[in-house]
Amino acid sequence: MAVVEHQGKTFEVDEDGFLANLDEWGPEWVDYVKELEGITTLVEDHWKVINMLQDYFKKNGIAPMVRILSKVTGFKLKYIYELFPSGPGKGACKMAGLPKPTGCV
Amino acid sequence: MSKLPKPEELARNISFQTPAKGWMDVKPDFRPGTYCNAAAPKWMEWVGYPFPRAWSVAEADWKLPPDWKEIILAGMEDRLKRFRSLKIFFDICVRCGACADKCHFYLGTGDPKNMPVLRAELMRSVYKRYFTTAGKLLGEIAGARDLTEDVLKEWFFYLHQCTICRRCSLFCPYGIDMAEMTLLGREMLASVGLNIDWALASVAQCYDKGSHIGATPQAFKDMMDFLAEENERITGITTPPSYNRKGAEVLFVMPSGDYFADPGTFTMMGYMLLFEYIGLDYTLSTYAAEGGNFGWFVSHEMGKRLNVKIYEEAKRLKVKWILGGECGHMWRVCNQYMPTYWGESPGFLEEPVSPITGTRFENAKVHKMVHISEFTADLIKHGKLKFDTQRNAHIKLTFHDSCNTSRGMGIFEEPRYIINSVLPEGNFVEMPPNTIREKTFCCGSSSGINANENMEIRMLGGFPRANAVRYVQEKYGVNHLGCICALDRATLPTLVQYWVPGMECTGITELVGNALVFPGELERTTDLRDRDLEGFGEAEETEEEGDE
Repeated sequence: MAVVEHQGKTFEVDEDGFLANLDEWGPEWVDYVKELEGITTLVEDHWKVINMLQDYFKKNGIAPMVRILSKVTGFKLKYIYELFPSGPGKGACKMAGLPKPTGCV
Repeated sequence: MSKLPKPEELARNISFQTPAKGWMDVKPDFRPGTYCNAAAPKWMEWVGYPFPRAWSVAEADWKLPPDWKEIILAGMEDRLKRFRSLKIFFDICVRCGACADKCHFYLGTGDPKNMPVLRAELMRSVYKRYFTTAGKLLGEIAGARDLTEDVLKEWFFYLHQCTICRRCSLFCPYGIDMAEMTLLGREMLASVGLNIDWALASVAQCYDKGSHIGATPQAFKDMMDFLAEENERITGITTPPSYNRKGAEVLFVMPSGDYFADPGTFTMMGYMLLFEYIGLDYTLSTYAAEGGNFGWFVSHEMGKRLNVKIYEEAKRLKVKWILGGECGHMWRVCNQYMPTYWGESPGFLEEPVSPITGTRFENAKVHKMVHISEFTADLIKHGKLKFDTQRNAHIKLTFHDSCNTSRGMGIFEEPRYIINSVLPEGNFVEMPPNTIREKTFCCGSSSGINANENMEIRMLGGFPRANAVRYVQEKYGVNHLGCICALDRATLPTLVQYWVPGMECTGITELVGNALVFPGELERTTDLRDRDLEGFGEAEETEEEGDE
């Protein structure tokens, strides 16, 4: 496990750079992924996606299917890519502190 | 993660030059993009695998256990006794080279060690050194070499550049099964704690929760309910799934990719529509929520551990037989290993009979499980399904035979029969004959290596397949690549996005769902992906609605 340091905080991450432990998630982590993703400013819609992902994960134990994310937020996939250039998995889920997906995905 | 080169650049650098040095003197080049990351200790602990520790492929020290060599050699000795096939495969190869240019990884990388003959030689040379008289006495002259850490690293590198697709075996005059050798080689690697993260994370999730994606029962239900709602929204037909319902006639098991990842989710909608149409008495299991088996990519023992839940759930739910969705390695495991894993043919299940047509699936007599393509083709053959093929008129399709369903199981005709029934005439085009059916080229990312960090090797391994897809795109204007495997539906979109832009991937049952005509259905204006259908409904109206 690698360790990432940002704004004085340290985070344990897996080899793909996903946060190892959701409990460590916080504004510093969000800022770290924001820079990584090359996002200039976080707007309300970013937070709508992050909050949805975290709520779903806490309730269901996994990240939502992309189509459910799309339906609940009302954002089309194309717009989600505009918000998070690496996409819903490698961008949004990473920023929300969720683990990377596994299996036939 | 390494940056993936542009397609032109990657293709230009494929070289088939003879290397300057002999193969024993060349070490693998662990460049980022070519290998999978080491499994995190967490996953190894979840499944009780030996030597869990944090280690990195990129570092020189792999933190092997001190007695790793003894473990490997003892493991090889044990496997030589248990699998006569392994000993025979080691002994009978005459280096004729018929396999050499049949491997998609060799064609994609030009690396001689990806010739199956030489990939096998990486292990065979160790077998010779320690288990044959000639090798013990003559060493390198007899093709033998000592087992060193470098040799072990070489195994790790090249055994994860084999997708156990068995195309080479088809051309081998002796029928040497590279897939079996690779699987046993990976077992030996696992015995000293060398696993790849993508495969083992999926295995651990599946062992813990029932599916590779790690879906909890509530997540599983949430996704299925969502897809049923989508069906209702688009077709006006309710397709309520039933969960863990005892006494249903059939247990339906599908790969988790089909209810989690696009475009598989549209195939899942297709299954539900089909079952509703024929009134199939079926149930889903929230535990046997995975037909696929990444365990089999790791070891036979793990394959067995993950597979057992399918029969267990069939027994608990008291169903008569099992129907399987579109999944490649699920099919290989269920047909060729499941009764052996279980110990016998499960007596609590019946020989599958289609409740709609009365067809007895004699081929499933032992394992009691039918493939959705066999089942659907039989329904069509008996005239039980009504299709409007014009709803698929926008789809010009070619079909990728998945290695495990085609070479592994001989399912060639059924998907083609379905395709020709649900598409307008002339919309189905085959790729060149040496790239389909039993000679199909692998997607290049199967057997647990569909990770992110090894993208360069995935794109190279998939190059021969992509090349054939590109051919039919350019020559016939093909715009969809169909398949009956969820791993393909996960890997092919990435592959064609890279090599064949503009190509979409689809499952076959999705096309069935598009075309099925239900009594009392809504007027259809889109396909299951919400794409407007030309000539259906009022185009202007749908355009206005579309900007929501």
